Amino acid sequence: MASQALSAPLAATTAAHDGRRRRELIAFAILLAAFAVLPHLVKDVYAQNVIVLTLMYAALSQSWNILGGYCGQISLGHALYFGTGAYATSLLYTKFGVIPWFGMIVGGVIAAAIALVLGYQLFRLAGHYFAIATIVIAEAGLLLVHNWDWAGAATGIQWPFVPDSWLTFQFGRDKLPYIYFALGLFAATWLVTFAIEGSRWGYWWRAVKDNADAAESLGVKIFKSKMAAAAVSAFFTAVGGAFYACFVQYIDPDSVMAFKFSLLMALPAVLGGIGTLWGPVVGAVILIPLMETTSSYLGGTGRGIDLIVYGLLVMVVALARPEGIVSLFSRRKAPKA
Amino acid sequence: MNAPLLQVDDVSRRFGGLAAVSNVSFEVGRGEIVGLIGPNGAGKSTLFNLIAGALPPSSGRILFEGEDVTALAAPDRCRRGIGRTFQVVKSFDSMSVLDNVVVGALVRHPHAAAARRKAAEVLDFAGLAPRAASPAGDLTPPEKRRLEVARALATEPKLLLLDEVMTGLTPAEAQKGVELVRKVRETGVTVLMVEHVMEIVMPLVDRAFVLHLGRELAHGKPADVAADPGVISAYLGDRRRAS
Repeated sequence: MASQALSAPLAATTAAHDGRRRRELIAFAILLAAFAVLPHLVKDVYAQNVIVLTLMYAALSQSWNILGGYCGQISLGHALYFGTGAYATSLLYTKFGVIPWFGMIVGGVIAAAIALVLGYQLFRLAGHYFAIATIVIAEAGLLLVHNWDWAGAATGIQWPFVPDSWLTFQFGRDKLPYIYFALGLFAATWLVTFAIEGSRWGYWWRAVKDNADAAESLGVKIFKSKMAAAAVSAFFTAVGGAFYACFVQYIDPDSVMAFKFSLLMALPAVLGGIGTLWGPVVGAVILIPLMETTSSYLGGTGRGIDLIVYGLLVMVVALARPEGIVSLFSRRKAPKA
Repeated sequence: MNAPLLQVDDVSRRFGGLAAVSNVSFEVGRGEIVGLIGPNGAGKSTLFNLIAGALPPSSGRILFEGEDVTALAAPDRCRRGIGRTFQVVKSFDSMSVLDNVVVGALVRHPHAAAARRKAAEVLDFAGLAPRAASPAGDLTPPEKRRLEVARALATEPKLLLLDEVMTGLTPAEAQKGVELVRKVRETGVTVLMVEHVMEIVMPLVDRAFVLHLGRELAHGKPADVAADPGVISAYLGDRRRAS
């Protein structure tokens, strides 16, 4: 059956697949354009801050989704990679004067290496045990940095004040550069996910998630697949952490490595649609502005209330639509199948 | 190339104190359809897993095309040309039917576009074309069995291991299944099938190998095996008395 013509239903399915990929790219271009214009319409500094964070968490959650959503390895310890990126960049910059652009890459590579070393051990564990192990290891990492004097221990690292410059990626008041970088990072993670979805890795990772035994019988190397997903995921998470350090210009262990960050990376994907291309960004656009407004209204007294709010949100989604919000859109097209 | 396609050489597998498969040896030649039969608990599925590489044997060797593949894991055996289905269907339920088959096709076609093309051809061959776009989780049980076969065929196996693909099907569905197996053989694929439903296996296979309590009970032409007194008492006896 070398290359005979396909039957009509299959030709239609194949064409529909190509059409869907094209439409997704167009939708993505429109989304990027909208985000590029948005800060020119919304000049309020506080609102622009929210835009930066929304885009950053969209990128982080997209990175988390590569391992958690596509490959099915639920990590609740991604704060470790976020912190690795933030600390690598901050230490290289403040101790050695290495510009953050380079620090970001170094942080990403270190995080990917850590993910491979940890994965070598942890990918023997299945399901909940894997998730629990990631929490424990991230907490251990937090404690280590807390006691690491050279890296500022619990006091953290203050970035020196310097004039606005693209070279050091430091801007005192101007939020626009940060918005565009966060947008670029989100675009990169989205495009990587898009490419993965269309490549053999995407098929392999989803197969590993759905049924590892069946995947193995079809020639898929489970361990290698998980390792690759973990490395890609950790790399982009660390670049996000490096960006965050540039953005806030002061980091300490709790502000970049706390368990809360691991949750905040997983939640948008879970809310929007785990293992989907659009889930993380949809989730982040809903969750992050909501989180920022609740925590600012409640101020210092309401610490943790924001977590309760999105805990509730996730429960509602889990009960009403476990596939996430984006499944509302795909459901409408389903009946033709 | 004179070696048989598959040689199972004195293979045993123990689970703790239980010997699921004991000193089993047999061969499958190129182009054959061989039936592996036996009552429940005979060790058929264990033997299958040993051949597919899902389990390592406690002792003995598995040879494929004359080469020792005992140490190879399941993905590598798939690469060598051993495809399999599962007794309890294991579809990728979050993926479409076509995407399920693409996973299998990727072994020989690293580029996703080529794999999609191959998968589409296999779905046409397996008669699942109208369901290509459906989520695999929405398929009916007989369709899921068909998908298992299609997915394994997409890896372009030389030897296809079918684990009770007819179980739970109505006679009409099973007849379609038999036609599919015959069609598979016509494309040059050798088939080793575990089957429970004797009425279906016996007319389909060239040879039958009977396993009972983990040991070989009989092997040979289906008619001879069916007439073997040991087989009748161990397996067919109950059925004959019942009908």
